[in-house]
Amino acid sequence: MSKNLKLITDGLVKNNPTFVLLLGMCPTLATTTSAINGLSMGLATLFVLVLSNMAISLIAPAVPDKVHIPVYIVVIATFVTLLQLLMQAYTPSMYETLGLFIPLIVVNCIVLGRAEAFANKHGVLESACDGLGVGLGFTCSLTVLGLVREILGSGSAFGFNFIGGNDGMLAFVMAPGAFLCLGYLMVLFNKFLKKD
Amino acid sequence: MAAVSNLKNMVMVLGLTCLLCSAVLGGAYALTKEPIDAAAKAKTDKAIGAVLPAFDETSYESVDVDGKTYNYYKAVKGGETVGYAVESSVVGFGGPLSLMVGVTPDGIVHNTSVLSHAETPGLGAKCNTDAKFMAQWEGFDPSAKILSVKKDGGDVDAITASTITSRAYTEAVKNAVDAVKKLEENDHE
Amino acid sequence: MEYFLIIISAIFVNNIVLAQFLGICPYLGVSNKLSTASGMSMAVCFVITLATLVTYLINQYLLVPFQLEFLQTIAFILVIAALVQMVEIVLKKVSPSLYQALGIFLPLITTNCAVLGVAITVVTKEFTFGLPSHMLNLGEALVYAFATSLGYGLAMVIFAGIREHLALSDVPKAFKGVPIALVSVGILAMAFMGFSGMVK
Repeated sequence: MSKNLKLITDGLVKNNPTFVLLLGMCPTLATTTSAINGLSMGLATLFVLVLSNMAISLIAPAVPDKVHIPVYIVVIATFVTLLQLLMQAYTPSMYETLGLFIPLIVVNCIVLGRAEAFANKHGVLESACDGLGVGLGFTCSLTVLGLVREILGSGSAFGFNFIGGNDGMLAFVMAPGAFLCLGYLMVLFNKFLKKD
Repeated sequence: MAAVSNLKNMVMVLGLTCLLCSAVLGGAYALTKEPIDAAAKAKTDKAIGAVLPAFDETSYESVDVDGKTYNYYKAVKGGETVGYAVESSVVGFGGPLSLMVGVTPDGIVHNTSVLSHAETPGLGAKCNTDAKFMAQWEGFDPSAKILSVKKDGGDVDAITASTITSRAYTEAVKNAVDAVKKLEENDHE
Repeated sequence: MEYFLIIISAIFVNNIVLAQFLGICPYLGVSNKLSTASGMSMAVCFVITLATLVTYLINQYLLVPFQLEFLQTIAFILVIAALVQMVEIVLKKVSPSLYQALGIFLPLITTNCAVLGVAITVVTKEFTFGLPSHMLNLGEALVYAFATSLGYGLAMVIFAGIREHLALSDVPKAFKGVPIALVSVGILAMAFMGFSGMVK
Protein backbone atom coordinates (compact mmCIF):
# COMPACT_ATOMS: atom_id res chain seq x y z
CA MET A 1 0.00 0.00 0.00
CA SER A 2 2.86 2.38 0.81
CA LYS A 3 4.08 1.90 -2.76
CA ASN A 4 0.77 3.19 -4.09
CA LEU A 5 0.90 6.08 -1.65
CA LYS A 6 4.34 6.95 -2.97
CA LEU A 7 2.95 6.95 -6.53
CA ILE A 8 0.42 9.56 -5.42
CA THR A 9 2.92 11.81 -3.61
CA ASP A 10 5.44 11.55 -6.47
CA GLY A 11 2.98 13.26 -8.76
CA LEU A 12 2.79 16.27 -6.46
CA VAL A 13 6.44 17.37 -6.42
CA LYS A 14 8.94 14.98 -8.01
CA ASN A 15 6.88 14.34 -11.17
CA ASN A 16 4.82 17.51 -11.04
CA PRO A 17 3.33 17.70 -14.53
CA THR A 18 3.45 21.49 -14.78
CA PHE A 19 6.71 22.48 -13.13
CA VAL A 20 8.89 19.42 -13.79
CA LEU A 21 7.50 17.59 -16.82
CA LEU A 22 6.30 20.82 -18.50
CA LEU A 23 3.17 19.14 -19.86
CA GLY A 24 -0.34 20.46 -20.41
CA MET A 25 0.74 24.09 -20.76
CA CYS A 26 -2.32 25.26 -22.73
CA PRO A 27 -5.01 24.69 -20.09
CA THR A 28 -2.52 25.75 -17.40
CA LEU A 29 -2.16 29.18 -18.96
CA ALA A 30 -5.65 29.63 -20.35
CA THR A 31 -7.96 28.62 -17.52
CA THR A 32 -6.16 30.03 -14.47
CA THR A 33 -7.78 33.46 -14.45
CA SER A 34 -8.97 32.68 -10.92
CA ALA A 35 -8.25 30.06 -8.26
CA ILE A 36 -11.68 28.46 -8.67
CA ASN A 37 -11.31 28.12 -12.45
CA GLY A 38 -7.85 26.59 -12.05
CA LEU A 39 -9.14 24.16 -9.44
CA SER A 40 -12.07 23.10 -11.64
CA MET A 41 -9.87 22.56 -14.69
CA GLY A 42 -7.47 20.51 -12.55
CA LEU A 43 -10.28 18.32 -11.21
CA ALA A 44 -11.72 17.83 -14.70
CA THR A 45 -8.34 16.61 -15.93
CA LEU A 46 -7.95 14.42 -12.82
CA PHE A 47 -11.28 12.73 -13.61
CA VAL A 48 -10.20 11.85 -17.15
CA LEU A 49 -6.68 10.89 -16.08
CA VAL A 50 -7.75 8.36 -13.42
CA LEU A 51 -10.44 6.73 -15.56
CA SER A 52 -8.38 6.53 -18.74
CA ASN A 53 -5.35 5.21 -16.83
CA MET A 54 -7.51 2.43 -15.35
CA ALA A 55 -9.20 1.55 -18.64
CA ILE A 56 -5.95 1.52 -20.56
CA SER A 57 -4.14 -0.65 -18.02
CA LEU A 58 -7.01 -3.13 -18.42
CA ILE A 59 -7.03 -3.30 -22.22
CA ALA A 60 -3.31 -2.75 -22.91
CA PRO A 61 -2.32 -6.46 -23.09
CA ALA A 62 -4.89 -7.11 -25.82
CA VAL A 63 -4.04 -4.10 -28.00
CA PRO A 64 -1.73 -4.73 -30.98
CA ASP A 65 1.33 -2.50 -30.87
CA LYS A 66 0.79 -0.74 -34.21
CA VAL A 67 -2.67 0.60 -33.36
CA HIS A 68 -2.11 1.36 -29.68
CA ILE A 69 -2.08 5.18 -30.11
CA PRO A 70 -5.45 5.41 -31.95
CA VAL A 71 -7.03 3.00 -29.47
CA TYR A 72 -5.76 5.02 -26.49
CA ILE A 73 -6.97 8.26 -28.08
CA VAL A 74 -10.46 6.79 -28.60
CA VAL A 75 -10.57 5.64 -24.98
CA ILE A 76 -9.44 9.05 -23.70
CA ALA A 77 -11.88 10.88 -26.01
CA THR A 78 -14.70 8.72 -24.64
CA PHE A 79 -14.00 9.77 -21.07
CA VAL A 80 -13.64 13.40 -22.13
CA THR A 81 -17.02 13.30 -23.86
CA LEU A 82 -18.50 11.67 -20.77
CA LEU A 83 -17.09 14.53 -18.70
CA GLN A 84 -18.52 17.07 -21.18
CA LEU A 85 -22.00 15.56 -20.90
CA LEU A 86 -21.84 15.43 -17.09
CA MET A 87 -20.60 19.01 -16.79
CA GLN A 88 -23.23 20.30 -19.21
CA ALA A 89 -25.89 18.62 -17.11
CA TYR A 90 -24.77 19.43 -13.58
CA THR A 91 -22.31 22.37 -13.68
CA PRO A 92 -23.36 24.27 -16.83
CA SER A 93 -21.87 27.62 -15.79
CA MET A 94 -18.43 26.11 -15.11
CA TYR A 95 -18.66 24.26 -18.44
CA GLU A 96 -19.20 27.60 -20.14
CA THR A 97 -16.32 29.27 -18.30
CA LEU A 98 -13.78 26.58 -19.19
CA GLY A 99 -15.26 26.30 -22.69
CA LEU A 100 -12.98 24.93 -25.36
CA PHE A 101 -10.46 23.59 -22.87
CA ILE A 102 -12.72 20.75 -21.71
CA PRO A 103 -12.82 18.97 -25.12
CA LEU A 104 -9.12 19.80 -25.48
CA ILE A 105 -8.28 17.51 -22.54
CA VAL A 106 -8.16 14.85 -25.29
CA VAL A 107 -4.94 16.33 -26.63
CA ASN A 108 -3.51 17.19 -23.22
CA CYS A 109 -0.11 15.50 -23.36
CA ILE A 110 -0.36 14.56 -19.67
CA VAL A 111 -3.17 12.08 -20.28
CA LEU A 112 -1.69 10.32 -23.31
CA GLY A 113 1.76 10.61 -21.71
CA ARG A 114 0.74 8.71 -18.54
CA ALA A 115 -1.03 6.08 -20.66
CA GLU A 116 2.14 5.52 -22.69
CA ALA A 117 4.67 5.81 -19.89
CA PHE A 118 2.85 4.10 -17.04
CA ALA A 119 -0.64 2.68 -17.46
CA ASN A 120 0.15 0.22 -20.27
CA LYS A 121 2.79 -1.51 -18.14
CA HIS A 122 1.11 -1.58 -14.72
CA GLY A 123 -1.95 -2.97 -12.95
CA VAL A 124 -5.29 -1.23 -12.54
CA LEU A 125 -4.80 -0.13 -8.93
CA GLU A 126 -1.29 1.21 -9.51
CA SER A 127 -2.44 3.04 -12.66
CA ALA A 128 -5.33 4.59 -10.75
CA CYS A 129 -2.93 5.79 -8.05
CA ASP A 130 -0.55 7.18 -10.64
CA GLY A 131 -3.41 9.02 -12.35
CA LEU A 132 -4.59 10.35 -8.99
CA GLY A 133 -1.09 11.56 -8.08
CA VAL A 134 -0.34 13.26 -11.37
CA GLY A 135 -3.88 14.66 -11.51
CA LEU A 136 -3.52 16.08 -7.99
CA GLY A 137 -0.15 17.57 -8.92
CA PHE A 138 -1.74 19.21 -11.94
CA THR A 139 -4.69 20.45 -9.85
CA CYS A 140 -2.36 21.95 -7.23
CA SER A 141 -0.25 23.76 -9.84
CA LEU A 142 -3.33 25.18 -11.54
CA THR A 143 -4.90 26.26 -8.26
CA VAL A 144 -1.70 27.97 -7.11
CA LEU A 145 -1.23 29.74 -10.45
CA GLY A 146 -4.91 30.73 -10.47
CA LEU A 147 -4.64 32.01 -6.89
CA VAL A 148 -1.55 34.13 -7.63
CA ARG A 149 -3.14 35.59 -10.77
CA GLU A 150 -6.43 36.27 -8.98
CA ILE A 151 -4.71 38.01 -6.04
CA LEU A 152 -2.59 40.21 -8.32
CA GLY A 153 -5.14 40.72 -11.06
CA SER A 154 -8.47 41.08 -9.24
CA GLY A 155 -7.45 41.61 -5.61
CA SER A 156 -9.41 38.60 -4.43
CA ALA A 157 -8.80 34.97 -3.45
CA PHE A 158 -11.29 32.18 -4.28
CA GLY A 159 -13.79 34.90 -5.14
CA PHE A 160 -13.37 36.61 -1.76
CA ASN A 161 -12.46 40.23 -2.40
CA PHE A 162 -10.07 41.77 0.15
CA ILE A 163 -9.10 45.13 -1.35
CA GLY A 164 -12.64 46.52 -1.50
CA GLY A 165 -13.35 47.20 -5.15
CA ASN A 166 -12.27 45.27 -8.22
CA ASP A 167 -9.25 47.24 -9.32
CA GLY A 168 -6.36 44.80 -9.49
CA MET A 169 -3.48 44.79 -11.94
CA LEU A 170 -5.46 43.79 -15.01
CA ALA A 171 -2.50 42.49 -17.00
CA PHE A 172 -2.33 39.48 -14.67
CA VAL A 173 -5.84 38.32 -15.56
CA MET A 174 -5.05 38.70 -19.26
CA ALA A 175 -2.70 36.74 -21.50
CA PRO A 176 0.69 38.30 -20.64
CA GLY A 177 0.14 37.78 -16.91
CA ALA A 178 -0.39 34.06 -17.47
CA PHE A 179 3.02 33.64 -19.09
CA LEU A 180 4.81 35.92 -16.62
CA CYS A 181 3.28 34.31 -13.50
CA LEU A 182 3.98 30.79 -14.69
CA GLY A 183 7.55 31.77 -15.58
CA TYR A 184 8.26 33.27 -12.17
CA LEU A 185 6.52 30.44 -10.28
CA MET A 186 8.71 28.01 -12.18
CA VAL A 187 11.79 29.94 -11.08
CA LEU A 188 10.67 29.69 -7.45
CA PHE A 189 9.97 25.97 -7.88
CA ASN A 190 13.43 25.39 -9.40
CA LYS A 191 15.09 27.40 -6.62
CA PHE A 192 13.38 25.89 -3.58
CA LEU A 193 11.66 22.57 -4.35
CA LYS A 194 13.44 20.82 -7.19
CA LYS A 195 16.11 18.34 -6.14
CA ASP A 196 18.66 17.47 -8.79
CA MET B 1 3.61 -7.00 -23.31
CA ALA B 2 1.40 -5.85 -26.15
CA ALA B 3 -0.01 -8.40 -28.56
CA VAL B 4 1.71 -8.99 -31.92
CA SER B 5 0.21 -6.90 -34.72
CA ASN B 6 -1.44 -8.46 -37.71
CA LEU B 7 -4.15 -7.05 -39.92
CA LYS B 8 -6.90 -9.18 -38.40
CA ASN B 9 -6.38 -8.29 -34.75
CA MET B 10 -5.60 -4.64 -35.56
CA VAL B 11 -8.90 -4.17 -37.36
CA MET B 12 -10.75 -6.15 -34.72
CA VAL B 13 -9.36 -4.28 -31.73
CA LEU B 14 -9.84 -0.84 -33.29
CA GLY B 15 -13.35 -1.68 -34.48
CA LEU B 16 -14.34 -3.16 -31.14
CA THR B 17 -12.97 -0.18 -29.19
CA CYS B 18 -14.86 2.29 -31.40
CA LEU B 19 -18.06 0.27 -31.13
CA LEU B 20 -17.82 -0.07 -27.36
CA CYS B 21 -16.98 3.59 -26.85
CA SER B 22 -19.82 4.80 -29.08
CA ALA B 23 -22.22 2.52 -27.21
CA VAL B 24 -21.08 3.89 -23.85
CA LEU B 25 -21.42 7.47 -25.09
CA GLY B 26 -24.79 6.83 -26.70
CA GLY B 27 -26.06 5.54 -23.36
CA ALA B 28 -24.52 8.43 -21.45
CA TYR B 29 -26.06 10.90 -23.91
CA ALA B 30 -29.52 9.38 -23.48
CA LEU B 31 -29.15 9.54 -19.69
CA THR B 32 -27.84 13.12 -19.51
CA LYS B 33 -30.10 14.62 -22.20
CA GLU B 34 -32.86 15.44 -19.75
CA PRO B 35 -30.68 17.16 -17.12
CA ILE B 36 -28.84 19.08 -19.88
CA ASP B 37 -32.08 20.41 -21.33
CA ALA B 38 -33.33 21.18 -17.83
CA ALA B 39 -30.13 23.12 -17.06
CA ALA B 40 -30.46 25.15 -20.27
CA LYS B 41 -34.11 25.91 -19.50
CA ALA B 42 -33.29 26.87 -15.90
CA LYS B 43 -30.73 29.36 -17.20
CA THR B 44 -33.21 31.05 -19.55
CA ASP B 45 -35.94 31.03 -16.90
CA LYS B 46 -33.56 32.66 -14.44
CA ALA B 47 -32.63 35.36 -16.96
CA ILE B 48 -36.29 36.04 -17.76
CA GLY B 49 -37.22 36.10 -14.06
CA ALA B 50 -34.41 38.58 -13.37
CA VAL B 51 -35.52 41.12 -15.98
CA LEU B 52 -39.32 41.04 -15.71
CA PRO B 53 -41.92 41.63 -12.97
CA ALA B 54 -43.73 38.57 -11.57
CA PHE B 55 -45.64 36.56 -14.21
CA ASP B 56 -47.60 33.32 -14.58
CA GLU B 57 -46.32 32.04 -17.91
CA THR B 58 -44.28 33.00 -20.95
CA SER B 59 -44.50 32.28 -24.66
CA TYR B 60 -41.57 32.39 -27.09
CA GLU B 61 -42.16 34.57 -30.17
CA SER B 62 -40.26 36.72 -32.63
CA VAL B 63 -40.66 40.09 -34.35
CA ASP B 64 -38.94 41.84 -37.31
CA VAL B 65 -37.67 45.38 -36.83
CA ASP B 66 -35.80 47.07 -39.70
CA GLY B 67 -34.94 43.72 -41.26
CA LYS B 68 -33.52 42.28 -38.03
CA THR B 69 -35.33 39.48 -36.20
CA TYR B 70 -35.65 39.65 -32.43
CA ASN B 71 -36.73 36.69 -30.35
CA TYR B 72 -38.58 37.49 -27.17
CA TYR B 73 -40.52 35.93 -24.32
CA LYS B 74 -43.93 37.47 -23.74
CA ALA B 75 -44.81 37.30 -20.05
CA VAL B 76 -48.49 37.08 -19.08
CA LYS B 77 -50.09 37.42 -15.64
CA GLY B 78 -53.82 36.95 -15.15
CA GLY B 79 -54.47 37.23 -18.91
CA GLU B 80 -52.64 40.56 -19.18
CA THR B 81 -49.21 41.13 -20.75
CA VAL B 82 -46.83 42.33 -18.03
CA GLY B 83 -43.68 42.59 -20.15
CA TYR B 84 -41.40 41.30 -22.85
CA ALA B 85 -37.96 39.74 -22.28
CA VAL B 86 -36.12 40.48 -25.54
CA GLU B 87 -32.93 38.67 -26.58
CA SER B 88 -30.75 41.42 -28.00
CA SER B 89 -27.32 40.79 -29.51
CA VAL B 90 -24.77 43.40 -30.64
CA VAL B 91 -21.03 43.60 -31.29
CA GLY B 92 -19.08 44.60 -28.18
CA PHE B 93 -15.35 45.24 -27.76
CA GLY B 94 -14.15 41.64 -27.94
CA GLY B 95 -16.96 39.96 -29.89
CA PRO B 96 -20.69 39.26 -29.62
CA LEU B 97 -22.43 40.74 -26.57
CA SER B 98 -25.84 39.29 -25.96
CA LEU B 99 -28.37 40.54 -23.42
CA MET B 100 -31.80 39.72 -22.10
CA VAL B 101 -33.67 43.01 -21.81
CA GLY B 102 -36.95 43.16 -19.91
CA VAL B 103 -39.31 45.88 -21.15
CA THR B 104 -42.80 46.54 -19.79
CA PRO B 105 -45.63 47.34 -22.28
CA ASP B 106 -45.37 51.08 -21.48
CA GLY B 107 -41.84 51.03 -22.95
CA ILE B 108 -39.92 51.29 -19.66
CA VAL B 109 -36.90 49.03 -19.15
CA HIS B 110 -37.62 46.78 -16.18
CA ASN B 111 -34.12 45.30 -15.91
CA THR B 112 -31.33 43.80 -18.02
CA SER B 113 -29.11 40.76 -17.74
CA VAL B 114 -26.06 39.54 -19.71
CA LEU B 115 -26.54 36.20 -21.49
CA SER B 116 -23.02 35.94 -22.93
CA HIS B 117 -20.11 38.25 -23.69
CA ALA B 118 -16.50 38.23 -24.84
CA GLU B 119 -15.36 41.47 -23.22
CA THR B 120 -11.96 42.09 -21.63
CA PRO B 121 -11.79 40.69 -18.07
CA GLY B 122 -11.62 43.50 -15.53
CA LEU B 123 -12.69 46.16 -18.04
CA GLY B 124 -15.64 45.54 -20.35
CA ALA B 125 -16.53 42.35 -18.50
CA LYS B 126 -17.65 44.59 -15.63
CA CYS B 127 -20.91 45.12 -17.55
CA ASN B 128 -21.89 41.86 -15.85
CA THR B 129 -20.60 42.70 -12.34
CA ASP B 130 -20.39 46.48 -11.85
CA ALA B 131 -23.26 47.27 -9.46
CA LYS B 132 -23.51 50.96 -10.41
CA PHE B 133 -23.63 50.23 -14.14
CA MET B 134 -26.16 47.44 -13.77
CA ALA B 135 -28.45 49.29 -11.33
CA GLN B 136 -29.08 52.22 -13.69
CA TRP B 137 -31.07 50.00 -16.06
CA GLU B 138 -33.69 49.20 -13.46
CA GLY B 139 -36.72 51.32 -14.38
CA PHE B 140 -34.86 53.25 -17.11
CA ASP B 141 -37.51 55.32 -18.92
CA PRO B 142 -36.44 55.99 -22.54
CA SER B 143 -39.11 58.68 -22.93
CA ALA B 144 -37.67 60.73 -20.04
CA LYS B 145 -33.95 59.97 -20.47
CA ILE B 146 -31.75 59.61 -23.55
CA LEU B 147 -30.52 56.11 -24.34
CA SER B 148 -26.85 56.78 -25.09
CA VAL B 149 -23.72 57.14 -22.93
CA LYS B 150 -22.96 60.52 -21.28
CA LYS B 151 -19.93 61.03 -23.53
CA ASP B 152 -22.30 61.01 -26.54
CA GLY B 153 -24.75 63.40 -24.86
CA GLY B 154 -27.03 60.77 -23.32
CA ASP B 155 -27.96 59.73 -19.78
CA VAL B 156 -26.20 56.38 -19.42
CA ASP B 157 -23.23 56.20 -17.01
CA ALA B 158 -20.47 54.29 -18.83
CA ILE B 159 -18.18 51.77 -17.15
CA THR B 160 -14.83 53.43 -16.37
CA ALA B 161 -12.36 52.91 -19.24
CA SER B 162 -14.87 50.79 -21.20
CA THR B 163 -16.79 53.24 -23.35
CA ILE B 164 -17.06 50.85 -26.30
CA THR B 165 -18.62 48.10 -24.19
CA SER B 166 -20.99 50.60 -22.57
CA ARG B 167 -22.00 51.94 -25.98
CA ALA B 168 -22.67 48.42 -27.27
CA TYR B 169 -24.69 47.58 -24.14
CA THR B 170 -26.74 50.75 -24.58
CA GLU B 171 -27.31 49.93 -28.25
CA ALA B 172 -28.58 46.46 -27.31
CA VAL B 173 -31.02 47.96 -24.80
CA LYS B 174 -32.16 50.54 -27.36
CA ASN B 175 -32.78 47.81 -29.97
CA ALA B 176 -34.89 45.89 -27.45
CA VAL B 177 -36.89 48.99 -26.54
CA ASP B 178 -37.53 49.68 -30.24
CA ALA B 179 -38.60 46.08 -30.79
CA VAL B 180 -41.15 46.34 -27.97
CA LYS B 181 -42.41 49.69 -29.33
CA LYS B 182 -43.00 47.95 -32.67
CA LEU B 183 -44.78 45.09 -30.90
CA GLU B 184 -47.13 47.42 -29.06
CA GLU B 185 -47.90 49.25 -32.31
CA ASN B 186 -48.70 45.95 -34.02
CA ASP B 187 -51.02 45.04 -31.14
CA HIS B 188 -53.03 48.24 -31.43
CA GLU B 189 -53.54 48.13 -35.19
CA MET C 1 -13.64 43.24 -46.65
CA GLU C 2 -14.91 40.55 -44.34
CA TYR C 3 -12.12 38.16 -45.32
CA PHE C 4 -9.59 40.91 -44.68
CA LEU C 5 -11.02 41.42 -41.17
CA ILE C 6 -10.90 37.68 -40.51
CA ILE C 7 -7.24 37.59 -41.51
CA ILE C 8 -6.20 40.58 -39.38
CA SER C 9 -8.22 39.28 -36.44
CA ALA C 10 -6.82 35.75 -36.60
CA ILE C 11 -3.19 36.77 -37.06
CA PHE C 12 -2.85 39.75 -34.73
CA VAL C 13 -5.86 40.47 -32.54
CA ASN C 14 -6.70 36.92 -31.45
CA ASN C 15 -3.30 35.35 -32.04
CA ILE C 16 -3.68 31.66 -31.37
CA VAL C 17 -0.63 31.37 -29.10
CA LEU C 18 -0.40 34.78 -27.48
CA ALA C 19 -4.11 35.44 -26.90
CA GLN C 20 -5.85 32.05 -27.07
CA PHE C 21 -3.18 29.84 -25.46
CA LEU C 22 -3.39 27.03 -28.00
CA GLY C 23 -0.47 24.94 -29.19
CA ILE C 24 1.87 26.05 -26.40
CA CYS C 25 3.71 22.73 -25.96
CA PRO C 26 5.24 22.62 -29.47
CA TYR C 27 5.60 26.40 -29.28
CA LEU C 28 7.98 26.08 -26.35
CA GLY C 29 9.40 22.78 -27.59
CA VAL C 30 10.67 23.51 -31.07
CA SER C 31 11.27 27.26 -31.00
CA ASN C 32 14.96 26.90 -30.11
CA LYS C 33 16.14 27.38 -33.66
CA LEU C 34 14.71 29.53 -36.44
CA SER C 35 14.95 26.74 -39.02
CA THR C 36 13.00 24.14 -37.01
CA ALA C 37 10.49 26.80 -35.97
CA SER C 38 9.68 27.70 -39.56
CA GLY C 39 9.47 24.01 -40.57
CA MET C 40 7.03 23.32 -37.75
CA SER C 41 4.95 26.38 -38.63
CA MET C 42 4.59 25.22 -42.22
CA ALA C 43 3.54 21.72 -41.17
CA VAL C 44 0.99 23.15 -38.71
CA CYS C 45 -0.34 25.52 -41.36
CA PHE C 46 -0.88 22.65 -43.77
CA VAL C 47 -2.57 20.35 -41.25
CA ILE C 48 -4.80 23.00 -39.62
CA THR C 49 -6.26 24.09 -42.96
CA LEU C 50 -6.79 20.55 -44.20
CA ALA C 51 -8.19 19.32 -40.87
CA THR C 52 -10.62 22.24 -40.67
CA LEU C 53 -11.90 21.49 -44.17
CA VAL C 54 -12.52 17.81 -43.39
CA THR C 55 -13.95 18.24 -39.89
CA TYR C 56 -16.22 21.09 -41.03
CA LEU C 57 -17.72 18.86 -43.74
CA ILE C 58 -18.04 15.90 -41.38
CA ASN C 59 -19.78 18.05 -38.81
CA GLN C 60 -22.11 19.64 -41.36
CA TYR C 61 -23.13 16.55 -43.32
CA LEU C 62 -22.72 13.70 -40.83
CA LEU C 63 -22.93 14.78 -37.20
CA VAL C 64 -25.57 17.53 -37.40
CA PRO C 65 -28.14 15.70 -39.63
CA PHE C 66 -28.00 12.62 -37.39
CA GLN C 67 -27.94 14.70 -34.17
CA LEU C 68 -24.64 13.20 -33.11
CA GLU C 69 -22.98 16.47 -32.05
CA PHE C 70 -22.01 14.88 -28.75
CA LEU C 71 -19.55 12.69 -30.69
CA GLN C 72 -17.76 15.81 -31.98
CA THR C 73 -14.65 15.51 -29.83
CA ILE C 74 -14.09 11.83 -30.52
CA ALA C 75 -14.85 12.12 -34.27
CA PHE C 76 -12.63 15.17 -34.78
CA ILE C 77 -9.59 13.76 -32.99
CA LEU C 78 -9.85 10.49 -34.95
CA VAL C 79 -10.09 12.41 -38.23
CA ILE C 80 -7.10 14.54 -37.31
CA ALA C 81 -5.01 11.53 -36.30
CA ALA C 82 -5.88 9.70 -39.52
CA LEU C 83 -5.29 12.82 -41.61
CA VAL C 84 -1.84 13.42 -40.15
CA GLN C 85 -0.90 9.82 -40.82
CA MET C 86 -2.18 10.09 -44.39
CA VAL C 87 -0.37 13.35 -45.07
CA GLU C 88 2.80 11.69 -43.85
CA ILE C 89 2.42 8.73 -46.22
CA VAL C 90 1.42 10.84 -49.23
CA LEU C 91 4.22 13.33 -48.65
CA LYS C 92 6.78 10.54 -48.40
CA LYS C 93 5.73 9.23 -51.84
CA VAL C 94 5.01 12.48 -53.67
CA SER C 95 7.60 14.94 -52.42
CA PRO C 96 10.52 13.44 -50.52
CA SER C 97 12.18 16.83 -50.15
CA LEU C 98 9.12 18.37 -48.48
CA TYR C 99 8.84 15.22 -46.36
CA GLN C 100 12.43 15.74 -45.24
CA ALA C 101 11.60 19.27 -44.19
CA LEU C 102 8.25 18.64 -42.46
CA GLY C 103 8.34 14.91 -41.74
CA ILE C 104 9.77 14.97 -38.25
CA PHE C 105 7.14 17.44 -37.09
CA LEU C 106 4.11 15.63 -38.44
CA PRO C 107 3.68 12.98 -35.70
CA LEU C 108 3.83 15.77 -33.09
CA ILE C 109 0.93 17.59 -34.69
CA THR C 110 -1.82 15.10 -33.74
CA THR C 111 -1.52 16.17 -30.12
CA ASN C 112 -1.07 19.85 -30.97
CA CYS C 113 -4.18 21.31 -29.40
CA ALA C 114 -4.19 24.17 -31.90
CA VAL C 115 -5.47 21.78 -34.59
CA LEU C 116 -8.36 20.34 -32.59
CA GLY C 117 -8.95 23.75 -31.02
CA VAL C 118 -9.47 25.50 -34.37
CA ALA C 119 -11.57 22.61 -35.72
CA ILE C 120 -13.94 22.80 -32.73
CA THR C 121 -14.00 26.61 -32.60
CA VAL C 122 -15.13 27.12 -36.20
CA VAL C 123 -18.14 24.83 -35.80
CA THR C 124 -19.28 25.89 -32.33
CA LYS C 125 -18.51 29.58 -31.86
CA GLU C 126 -20.31 32.59 -33.30
CA PHE C 127 -18.16 35.30 -34.86
CA THR C 128 -18.90 38.86 -35.93
CA PHE C 129 -16.12 40.27 -38.18
CA GLY C 130 -18.02 43.48 -38.86
CA LEU C 131 -21.32 41.65 -39.51
CA PRO C 132 -24.06 40.61 -37.08
CA SER C 133 -22.94 37.62 -35.06
CA HIS C 134 -23.18 34.42 -37.13
CA MET C 135 -21.76 30.92 -37.57
CA LEU C 136 -18.96 30.68 -40.13
CA ASN C 137 -19.63 29.20 -43.56
CA LEU C 138 -17.10 26.89 -45.18
CA GLY C 139 -15.20 29.65 -47.00
CA GLU C 140 -14.92 31.82 -43.89
CA ALA C 141 -13.94 28.81 -41.80
CA LEU C 142 -11.10 27.97 -44.19
CA VAL C 143 -9.83 31.55 -44.31
CA TYR C 144 -10.04 31.70 -40.52
CA ALA C 145 -8.12 28.42 -40.15
CA PHE C 146 -5.44 29.43 -42.63
CA ALA C 147 -4.99 32.89 -41.11
CA THR C 148 -4.87 31.41 -37.60
CA SER C 149 -2.05 29.11 -38.63
CA LEU C 150 -0.22 32.07 -40.19
CA GLY C 151 -0.54 33.76 -36.80
CA TYR C 152 0.93 30.64 -35.23
CA GLY C 153 3.84 30.82 -37.66
CA LEU C 154 4.37 34.51 -36.96
CA ALA C 155 4.44 34.03 -33.18
CA MET C 156 6.72 31.02 -33.61
CA VAL C 157 9.27 32.75 -35.87
CA ILE C 158 9.42 35.93 -33.76
CA PHE C 159 9.93 33.84 -30.65
CA ALA C 160 12.59 31.65 -32.24
CA GLY C 161 14.49 34.79 -33.13
CA ILE C 162 14.31 35.96 -29.53
CA ARG C 163 15.39 32.58 -28.21
CA GLU C 164 18.45 32.43 -30.46
CA HIS C 165 19.62 35.61 -28.76
CA LEU C 166 18.61 34.35 -25.31
CA ALA C 167 20.78 31.29 -25.75
CA LEU C 168 23.85 33.54 -25.92
CA SER C 169 23.03 35.64 -22.87
CA ASP C 170 23.94 35.01 -19.26
CA VAL C 171 20.76 33.96 -17.45
CA PRO C 172 20.52 33.14 -13.68
CA LYS C 173 20.49 29.37 -13.09
CA ALA C 174 16.90 29.11 -11.85
CA PHE C 175 15.68 31.02 -14.91
CA LYS C 176 17.48 28.83 -17.45
CA GLY C 177 15.40 27.11 -20.10
CA VAL C 178 11.63 27.28 -19.92
CA PRO C 179 11.17 29.94 -17.18
CA ILE C 180 13.02 32.67 -19.08
CA ALA C 181 11.26 31.58 -22.27
CA LEU C 182 7.87 32.00 -20.55
CA VAL C 183 8.80 35.45 -19.26
CA SER C 184 9.84 36.45 -22.79
CA VAL C 185 6.56 35.14 -24.25
CA GLY C 186 4.75 37.17 -21.58
CA ILE C 187 6.41 40.35 -22.84
CA LEU C 188 5.65 39.37 -26.44
CA ALA C 189 2.01 38.77 -25.49
CA MET C 190 1.92 42.21 -23.92
CA ALA C 191 3.02 43.69 -27.25
CA PHE C 192 0.26 41.78 -29.06
CA MET C 193 -2.27 43.03 -26.50
CA GLY C 194 -1.93 46.39 -28.25
CA PHE C 195 -3.99 44.94 -31.10
CA SER C 196 -6.97 44.05 -28.90
CA GLY C 197 -10.29 45.55 -29.91
CA MET C 198 -8.97 46.51 -33.36
CA VAL C 199 -11.24 44.05 -35.16
CA LYS C 200 -14.43 42.69 -33.66
